[in-house]
Amino acid sequence: MDATTAVFLTIVTAATPLLLAALGELVTERSGVLNLGVEGMMVMGAVAGFGAGFLSGNPYIGIFAAILAGMAMALLFGLLTLTLVTNQVATGLSLTLLGLGLSGLLGESFVGEPGVRLPKWLGIDILIPVSFILVAAVSYVLFRTKIGLVIRAVGDSHASAHALGYRVTLVRYACVLFGGACSGLAGGYLSLAYTPQWVENMTAGRGWIALALVVFSSWLPWRLVVGAYLFGAISILAYTVQTFALGIPSQLLLSLPYIATILALVLISASRRLTRSNAPACLGQPFVPDR
Amino acid sequence: MPLVLEKRAERSTRMALLSPVIAIALTLITGAVLFAIRGIEPLHGLYVYFVEPLTQMWSVEQLIVKATPLVLIGVGLAVCYTANVWNIGAEGQFTMGAILGGMIPVLFPAWQSPLTLITMLLFGILGGMAWAAIPALLKTRFNANEILTSLMLVYVAQLLLDWLVRGPWRDPQGFNFPKTITFDGWQLLPMLSGSIHLGVLFALAAALVLAFVMARMLKGFEIRVSGNAPRAGRFAGFSRPRTIMFCFLLSGGLAGLAGITEVASVVAQLQPQISPGYGFTAIIVAFLGRLNPIGAIFAGLMLALSYLGGEAAQVTLGLSDRIAKVFQGILLFYILACDTLILYRFRWLKTQVSAAVQPAE
Repeated sequence: MDATTAVFLTIVTAATPLLLAALGELVTERSGVLNLGVEGMMVMGAVAGFGAGFLSGNPYIGIFAAILAGMAMALLFGLLTLTLVTNQVATGLSLTLLGLGLSGLLGESFVGEPGVRLPKWLGIDILIPVSFILVAAVSYVLFRTKIGLVIRAVGDSHASAHALGYRVTLVRYACVLFGGACSGLAGGYLSLAYTPQWVENMTAGRGWIALALVVFSSWLPWRLVVGAYLFGAISILAYTVQTFALGIPSQLLLSLPYIATILALVLISASRRLTRSNAPACLGQPFVPDR
Repeated sequence: MPLVLEKRAERSTRMALLSPVIAIALTLITGAVLFAIRGIEPLHGLYVYFVEPLTQMWSVEQLIVKATPLVLIGVGLAVCYTANVWNIGAEGQFTMGAILGGMIPVLFPAWQSPLTLITMLLFGILGGMAWAAIPALLKTRFNANEILTSLMLVYVAQLLLDWLVRGPWRDPQGFNFPKTITFDGWQLLPMLSGSIHLGVLFALAAALVLAFVMARMLKGFEIRVSGNAPRAGRFAGFSRPRTIMFCFLLSGGLAGLAGITEVASVVAQLQPQISPGYGFTAIIVAFLGRLNPIGAIFAGLMLALSYLGGEAAQVTLGLSDRIAKVFQGILLFYILACDTLILYRFRWLKTQVSAAVQPAE
């Protein structure tokens, strides 16, 4: 394997968790729900994935546990925002705070333990092709099937969708749970493949970057791939430059992904054409049916 | 579904006040269950966590010291969230306040006069305001989501602090530890009594002034209208961009003040870790305090107790002090859930047929 391939592969591994988490959030937001708890669901996925993999010795059980943990967190979010119609921004924040706290507590005994690693298939992690299949599937379902049409209708005008007889809350629950599953999977990828160990707060803001990627993609699944790989490249660049010891402070390089996120948000948001055309019209708005 | 939510005719003031009480009660019950699972006698666990810290003088002082930054940040965030402006990067503004204020003793270690302290505090406020101005500008100029930009800046500020204390600002006599020189004399806040420092007065003053502004002044009205009825605000000629900028500068300045207050008292130097997440916990303070500056004082004390209880649980019960973060997260969940009852009430829905037959109420 030559150097270029090696660099490309590391970019792919750095991009995949972002892509997975962002894809789930994209579906959630398409149904009109803004879940700011991606970071919390992801970190719970990471600790559950590591723990289940470590205790059972089987990385696939770990991945399964990661998905379930993400979905459990998403269910909690759904109960509050969809059933109890709480403020979505505040609830998402509290999901992140709870996830970071709970994962730290649960993972305390795992710190420093050697984890299990997901086996590679043909030299790459199995979740990399899975992420592409998921993007293709989401893109197909959202834009080529009736289910997708209903999801987008619920996200764009929940009152109309409700009047047509669609179960708005049910559709949103499904999309929120899908988002949780994807975030959990992304977290599991971090602790079972990217760096097979448990470190507190190991998601390091990736959940928030994934949220920014959804805006960056202007809610189109394939553009997520571009965004995620761009961010993967930036974070790998930071590590690569560091090894050449050019006298650039490592902290500056480590802050590049965060600064890049801000710049990307500014560039995309400044263009009304990109943000307004695809943004779900009911994003973040609570829905209580009239009776 | 037999049980449904129904919108109340008007906001229930009674529920708005009851909701935090119910939320705290539910958190205590959850805590008891958690203790029981860990094999600890639930009442004993709750006593150690939530009551014992209040029984000794030194720990009551600690409670006030820990509540100080929480209240300072929390009152600013309460104003922000009232205006529907989502500054969640207070932790970063706190850090920048500490950096800019802490710059004075690091660069001029020999300067000892009351002016030193005043300059430090002013620089701290400016640092927080400058850091908060970035997401505000990006929001008003480019419509960039302030939640994401303010949060990203937390990581940038923490990395900047990390670089400074490991690099240019490291104490030459510090045995290579990542920290600056220790502050002393006029580089520290005067003590009021025991371990309570002057910062507590800043927190009380901020809460009282903001309570007055929000309840009695036009600016407060403008902020409330801007949050509750943005369209009405526009017709009244209130500028939304100006409100956004005002809220960010206010909350950023207070977070910066909290940052410099903390390093000029408890921490007494700059080091990579200067806060146990006060900027994030203050979000809970704002909500638990009903987005009301006076409420934030009580909420700040409550969350300070959660930190102290965590330490007590670690020492006495052999639990991890990380349990504090879990309690804080659970508490916020319960508050948000209980707040539903301010605007809605539960009603048993009779079967569809009979409901349709009955005449409208």
